[in-house]
Amino acid sequence: MDDKRARFEEQVLPHLDAAYRFARWLCYAPGDADDVVQEAVLRAYRGFDALRGSDAKAWLLAIVRNCHFTAAKQQQRRALVPLPEENDEVDGHAMVATTPDPESESILSDQKQVLERLLAAMPEEHRTVLMLREIEEMDYAQIAAVTHVPIGTVMSRLARSRAALKTKWLQEVEGEPRAVR
Amino acid sequence: MQCAESLRVQAYFDGEVDAVSAAEIERHADHCNECRALLEDLQKVRATLRREVSYAGAPPKLRAQILRALDQESTSSPGIVEGRPATSRTWRPAPVFRGRSFWAGAFSGIGGAAIAAAMAFFLVLPGALSPLTDDLVSAHVRSLMPAHLIDVVSTDRHTVKPWFAGHADVSPVVADFESQGYRLIGGRADYIDHQRSAVVVYQHGPHVVNVFTWAADNMHNPSNATRNGYHLAFWQQGDIQYCAVSDTGWDELLGLVRLLREQS
Repeated sequence: MDDKRARFEEQVLPHLDAAYRFARWLCYAPGDADDVVQEAVLRAYRGFDALRGSDAKAWLLAIVRNCHFTAAKQQQRRALVPLPEENDEVDGHAMVATTPDPESESILSDQKQVLERLLAAMPEEHRTVLMLREIEEMDYAQIAAVTHVPIGTVMSRLARSRAALKTKWLQEVEGEPRAVR
Repeated sequence: MQCAESLRVQAYFDGEVDAVSAAEIERHADHCNECRALLEDLQKVRATLRREVSYAGAPPKLRAQILRALDQESTSSPGIVEGRPATSRTWRPAPVFRGRSFWAGAFSGIGGAAIAAAMAFFLVLPGALSPLTDDLVSAHVRSLMPAHLIDVVSTDRHTVKPWFAGHADVSPVVADFESQGYRLIGGRADYIDHQRSAVVVYQHGPHVVNVFTWAADNMHNPSNATRNGYHLAFWQQGDIQYCAVSDTGWDELLGLVRLLREQS
């Protein structure tokens, strides 16, 4: 294996899972996330020389974000969610409607699913900042690098997304008791 | 009305302030009900997200597809890259002699087909010499597929350890390091190096760490390696060979290795 490939595997590929999760939070449709991540990794590989010791995770995720917006621009996508592929159990939550209707409401008793729905309904720039902080455990500077906004904006988006999620979560889960109880 | 300090309190919660500011903010929160409540809320949101959000990483199919695409990318020399769309799903399988076309091109001027063949041979040699590493990576990837990860689900070492007695040829160190960030989630039996290997499974943040163990063979002393984006850390303890495999960073992986080594 040539040297560049070995270094790339060592420094960048460990962040593939993070890149995939990030792509999911950006597009909320699994097939799209696959394409975006693959495109991003190839672009990262071609531009690997530019990395030069900076933060590989933030760098890869920033490329994922660029690829996502390029792809989104290319095809004016409608708010459609593809059916999950066979044997693809992780895609279940993509079926969750982003706008709750009474019928899906009754199915979504599970807390996990409630949360997925709340996140899906959140503006993309709030959701990604929140997830990068809480799930990927990135610091403000890394998040700012990934999302191309100043640190002050990262802070205010974090504050707003956390407050909104808390309020909605309380309404949904700890608020009105459900009829099923 | 929100307290003017709320963004600083948030920064404190996220570990973004220095010790002096941290002390200031703690003093402030002591007598500001609003900020105390904010800290509780922040903690609640974080706990909920980390508990409920799926940490699912890239599906193995996608990972394999990407590695094939990288093979293709590595083997084409810059001049002969075709205008192949990067998102095409129709890659051919990786050529066995990775790098041959590149070297064939590079050496054609000095009549070096034989040299090219020889170089290609040396390029694939490291892989051929370490089938064990490949086995371990395959076993790790296989374990990440649905329903393969764990045979005995338990966070209790007193459940996991005895289970191995009937299912594997070795009895490895089993311990929970939840407070250090490595949660014991279970055990599995696997087949490695012609033995029934005992595998202890840990979770570190979003990452699964498989710790493979089998009877040590003093002939081989494998060294740490990275293959397909997975790190493999090898060590021996008593007469047991250990190998921890994960896609975490080296620091995180070696942190677990250190904890395990301290156990004996």
